[in-house]
Amino acid sequence: MADERKLHSPGVSSSLGIFPGQTPPVVMAAALAESPVDDGILAKRPLGALFWFALVWVALVAIFAIIANWLPLPNPNYQNYAAINASPGIHHILGTDDLGRDLLSRIIFGARVSLVVGFASVAIGMLIGGTLGLISGFKGGRLDVALNAGSFVILAFPAIVAVIAIVAFWGQTLAKITIIIGVGTIPIMFRVVRASSLAFANRDFVIAARTLGATSTRIVFREILPNVIPAAVSFGLITVAGVIVLEGSLAFLGLSVALPTPSWGNLIAEGTANGNLSINPYILMWPALAMFFLLLSINLIGDRLRQRFDVREGLL
Amino acid sequence: MLSYVLKRLAQLVVVSFIISVLVFLLIHLLPGDPTSIILGGNDTAANRQILLHQLGLNTPLYHQYWIWLIHALHGNLGQSYLTHETVGHVIATGFPIDVELIIISQVVAFTVAIPLALITSRRPNRPLDNIATTGTFGLLALPPFLIAPILVAIFAVGLHWFPATGYIPFGQNPATNLHDMILPGLALTAGSIAVYYRLLRSDLIMTLQEDFITMARSKGLSNRRIMMRQAFRPSTFSLLAVAGVNIGSLLAGTFIVEYLFAMPGLGYSIVQAVQQRDYLIVQGIALVVAIAYVVLQFIIDFLFTVVDPRVTRE
Repeated sequence: MADERKLHSPGVSSSLGIFPGQTPPVVMAAALAESPVDDGILAKRPLGALFWFALVWVALVAIFAIIANWLPLPNPNYQNYAAINASPGIHHILGTDDLGRDLLSRIIFGARVSLVVGFASVAIGMLIGGTLGLISGFKGGRLDVALNAGSFVILAFPAIVAVIAIVAFWGQTLAKITIIIGVGTIPIMFRVVRASSLAFANRDFVIAARTLGATSTRIVFREILPNVIPAAVSFGLITVAGVIVLEGSLAFLGLSVALPTPSWGNLIAEGTANGNLSINPYILMWPALAMFFLLLSINLIGDRLRQRFDVREGLL
Repeated sequence: MLSYVLKRLAQLVVVSFIISVLVFLLIHLLPGDPTSIILGGNDTAANRQILLHQLGLNTPLYHQYWIWLIHALHGNLGQSYLTHETVGHVIATGFPIDVELIIISQVVAFTVAIPLALITSRRPNRPLDNIATTGTFGLLALPPFLIAPILVAIFAVGLHWFPATGYIPFGQNPATNLHDMILPGLALTAGSIAVYYRLLRSDLIMTLQEDFITMARSKGLSNRRIMMRQAFRPSTFSLLAVAGVNIGSLLAGTFIVEYLFAMPGLGYSIVQAVQQRDYLIVQGIALVVAIAYVVLQFIIDFLFTVVDPRVTRE
């Protein structure tokens, strides 16, 4: 028991620590873990009302972000000088900013950046890192040793520094930022999937499949993959929250998607600039609330799924 | 023990070397030519050749790396071509700010998290425990770029308790320095409190179910003594591991906080240098931060051998 809950063995405490915004996914996963007292009951406990609230919130944000173009909203970059710093009201539900831009519209369009970067980059990491991890954990041998060492070296590098430098010199478009962060999540997803793949590689049903003459490809994709998915998905969700924080931090520093494209991070930065905090606190308040509830919801969903599938950080 | 430390030291050197290569390639393989920015209006082919020669950018990449590495090992990381400030100077003035911010945030985080976990883990799932556990779950959704502006809005703009921006070196005026550090420190500490508290609480709950605790109870030891002398130390292994990762990743938080509060730390300098394509500053700070991060992990691993001597035998 004691070994299982040890987060990761000493000597590798640098592992998985690349994500900024102070809480890297592994730390997050450890912090989210419920107390062992409730273990056993938890697996059978229903997901709970909060889980569904969280899911509805994430779904709402996603749906609004997708259909933003068809909603009766003003252009998020349209500057209405007749309505500067308007309070929330009938014409502007959440009010306007110091350039007269509609805040609701900017928040809905801004959600696109957070969600696209968050989910697409983790999908990149999952696809490449996950595939490598699946094979590496199953095959073992030199390939495994090499990939494992490589992932540690990459994870030893503080991501914010690498991402800031690359984004600044390469370009600040949505696609580039997604790719850069996506590449950064490869070693994380690699480690998660490798650990569970390794745990399943010697289980009876895998040996049985092999004895029956199944090919390695078949074993990996039909026997191991379905068992690895729960861990990958629940850990992937926590990584999504980490990535959204990373993108938000970049946007706050003015290094994410170039202005005037709205994103929650640069809306928050705008709320703190030019004395807006005392003139019009709504500019900060709305995106801050939206971001807080999005992160809270994703953490909650990831955490409940992790409990349900009984994913243990000790595996990593 | 010694062989374990030596092995880890060798790993540290290898990883540092790979990091130096990565930092170098990161800057040199990326598009964006510093010469055109330095030359500005004087950007002619002839001038460019002269500048490329001056900066040593016309030699093969491996040669450039070698020169840079040798200079770096002598403590010379070059100088900004804009301000002509040496990279060493930028780091020497900026690094203490990051370190001070991190120390303050961690001291606060541990002073809040440890006693809180010691209190609530004795009676899990009671009201106090539920409040603390739910509250810290919320804190996990408040990264620095979110909580720092909120703190400024409330305590600087609203209540005028603290300045919204500014920094005075500790050596000049310690009292003002510490006062100015409170808001940035708090912004950094929120996430750490949540992480440390939740982790220590669940490890303590697990330790309290062990036989040696029952033994201690039946010997009639006081609760206080059981918590402090028996339960605490065996519950700190994952806390220590996570603290290492967490402190390293706090660097990103310090970037945000320094940017918001206009404190000339490394984060502030690197964001500025990136905006001005001041590539030697970016390179120098990236190298120092990455190496500091790896060294920190090494120290944490070493601390492990003190807290839990079993690790050296693995």
